Amino acid sequence: MADLTIRANSARRAGAGDSRFRLTTLAAAVLLLLIFIGVIGALIVGAMPAFKAFGFGFLTTEAWSPARDRFGALGPIYGTLVTSVIAMLIALPVGIGIAVFLTELCPRMLRRPIGIAIELLAGIPSIIYGIWGLFVFAPFFQAYVQEPVIEALDGVPVLGTLFGGAPFGIGILTAGIILSIMILPFIAAVTRDVLETVPSVLKEAAYGVGATNWEVIRKVALPYARAGVVGGAMLALGRALGETMAVTFVIGNAHRIEPSLFAPGTSISASIANEFTEATTEVYLASLIELGLLLFVITFIVLAAAQLMLRSMEKGQGK
Amino acid sequence: MVVNRALYFRRRLANRAFIVLSLSAAALGLVSLAFILWELLANGLAALGPHLFSESTPPPGSEGGLANAIFGSVVMSLSAVVVGTPIGILAGTYLAEYARYGKFAFVVRFVNDILLSAPSIVIGLFIYELVVVPMGHFSAIAGAAALTVIVIPVVVRTTENMLLLVPNSLREAASALGAPQSYVIKMVTWKAARAGMITGALLAVARISGETAPILFTALNNQFMSTDVTQPMASLPAVIFQYALSPYEDWHDLAWAGALLVTATVLTLSIIARILGNQKQRT
Repeated sequence: MADLTIRANSARRAGAGDSRFRLTTLAAAVLLLLIFIGVIGALIVGAMPAFKAFGFGFLTTEAWSPARDRFGALGPIYGTLVTSVIAMLIALPVGIGIAVFLTELCPRMLRRPIGIAIELLAGIPSIIYGIWGLFVFAPFFQAYVQEPVIEALDGVPVLGTLFGGAPFGIGILTAGIILSIMILPFIAAVTRDVLETVPSVLKEAAYGVGATNWEVIRKVALPYARAGVVGGAMLALGRALGETMAVTFVIGNAHRIEPSLFAPGTSISASIANEFTEATTEVYLASLIELGLLLFVITFIVLAAAQLMLRSMEKGQGK
Repeated sequence: MVVNRALYFRRRLANRAFIVLSLSAAALGLVSLAFILWELLANGLAALGPHLFSESTPPPGSEGGLANAIFGSVVMSLSAVVVGTPIGILAGTYLAEYARYGKFAFVVRFVNDILLSAPSIVIGLFIYELVVVPMGHFSAIAGAAALTVIVIPVVVRTTENMLLLVPNSLREAASALGAPQSYVIKMVTWKAARAGMITGALLAVARISGETAPILFTALNNQFMSTDVTQPMASLPAVIFQYALSPYEDWHDLAWAGALLVTATVLTLSIIARILGNQKQRT
C-alpha cells in the first residue's frame, strides 16, 4: 500500500515537472514573439518625434539637413532600392549560373569542394566585403572603369547622364557591385540546393528524348524548381536591402539623388550606421530610427513573401 | 527520315552558348571571391604579429594592437551565446516536440524566419531603445543583448530542424516505457540531436562574431582595455569599421589584421560545425 502511494507521488511529481517543462519551452517561444513585437514597438516609439514633425512628408522629401533640423527619407530610400536592384541584376544570373554549373556541368570530383567553398563564403561577415570594396575595389574601379567610361560616354544622351560626373571610386554603382559579390554565394548555395531537389528521373527522361543541357535546365529543371529559386532570390533581396557594412564603406554617404550611378549616395542602413552616434537633436535621432522602421517594414514584406514561396515549394514536394 | 539540319544546328548553338555563359558565370563568381580572400590574406598577414594580442588599440601614429577589441568581442559573443542558446533550444523544442502543426507554432516559426534574416542594424536600434536609453549610456551589456537577439533565431532554426530528424520510433519507444513527455525530450530526443544542436550554437557564434551594425550603437567602442560591462567596450568589428574609415595608414593595417582574425574565426567555426554535422549523419 505504502509502495503504491510512493509511486503515485512520484508519478504526480513527474507530471508536474512535465507540464513545467512544457510551459518553459512555451515561454521561450512566446519570448520570440515578444522580441518581434518589441522591435516594431521600440522603433515606432523611437520614431515618434519624427512622425510628429514631418508626417508622411518624410517619405517624399529629399532634404536632409541636420543644421536646420529638417529630414526626408527619399535619398536613403532611393539608394537602398537602386543598390539592391543593381546587386540583384548582377548576382542573380551569375548565382544561377554557378548553381547550374555545380548541378549539371561540373565534374563530379569538383562538385563537393566547390559547393562547400561557396557555402563557407556565404557565412563571411559583410564587413570583410566592405573593407575590400573600400581599399581594393573602389580605387581599381575609379582608375580602370569610371575614368574611361565617363570619357567615352561624355555627351551621349541618357548614358552620358547615367554614367557621368566625377570619378570618385565610391558611389551608388560601386555599392551595388560590392553588394552583388556579397549575396552571390548565398544565391548560388540556395539555388543549388533547390536544383538538387529536381528528381533525376525527370532530367533523364528529357535527356532520353534528345534534349540538350540548355533545354533540360530551362524547360525541366528551372520550371520544377521555380518557387524555390524565386524564394531564394527574395531572401537574397531581403539581405541586400538590409545590408549595412558592405554598403556603408563604399556608398559615399551623400543625401542627394543624382542622375549618375557613379555619384555618391546613401542607403537607409548606411545613413543609420554613419550618423547615429552623431545625431545630436531629438528629431535627428528620431528620423534615423524612423528610417530603421522603414527598412524593417520593407524587408519584412520581402522576407514574408520569400517565406510563403519557399513554404509552398516544400508543400508541393510533400505531395 | 528527314533531318532538319537548321533546327539541329540552332539547338546545338544555343546549348554551346548556354554552357559557355554558365561556365563564365561560375568562373567570374569564384575568381572574384577568391580574389577577396587573397587580398584579405595578403594585407592581413602583413599586419599580423604577437603585438596584436598584447597591446590595445593605439592613437594615430603610435604602435599598438587589438587586445582590447579581441577581449571585447570574445566577452560579448560568449555572453550572447550563453544566454541565447538555451532560449533558442527551448523555443525550438517547443516547435518540434509540442506544437508541430498548430496555428501558434506557424506564427512563431514565421516570426523566427523573419528575425533570422531581418537587418541586424534594426536589431541594434531595438536594443538601443530597450537598453541604452534607460541606462543613459552605451555599454557592453547592450552589445551582448543585441547579439543575443541575433543568436536566438539561429539556434531555434537548427534545433527544430535537428529534432525533426529524430525518428518518431525513438519517442514512441520511450513513451511506451512510461516516461513522461518531458523525460522523453530531455533523455532521448535531445541526446539524439545533440551534435546538431552544438552545430547550431557554433553557427550562431560564427554569425555574430562579424556582426558590426548592431554593435555600433549599443556597445559603441572603447580605445582602452575595459572589463566593466556597464561601460562601452571595444570589439573587433567596431574597430575595423572605425580604423578602415580613418585616414591613417597604420590604422588601415590594424583594420586588415582584424578583418583577417574575424574571417579566420568564422571559417574555423563553420568548418568545425560542418564536420560535427557530418559525423552525426554518418552514425
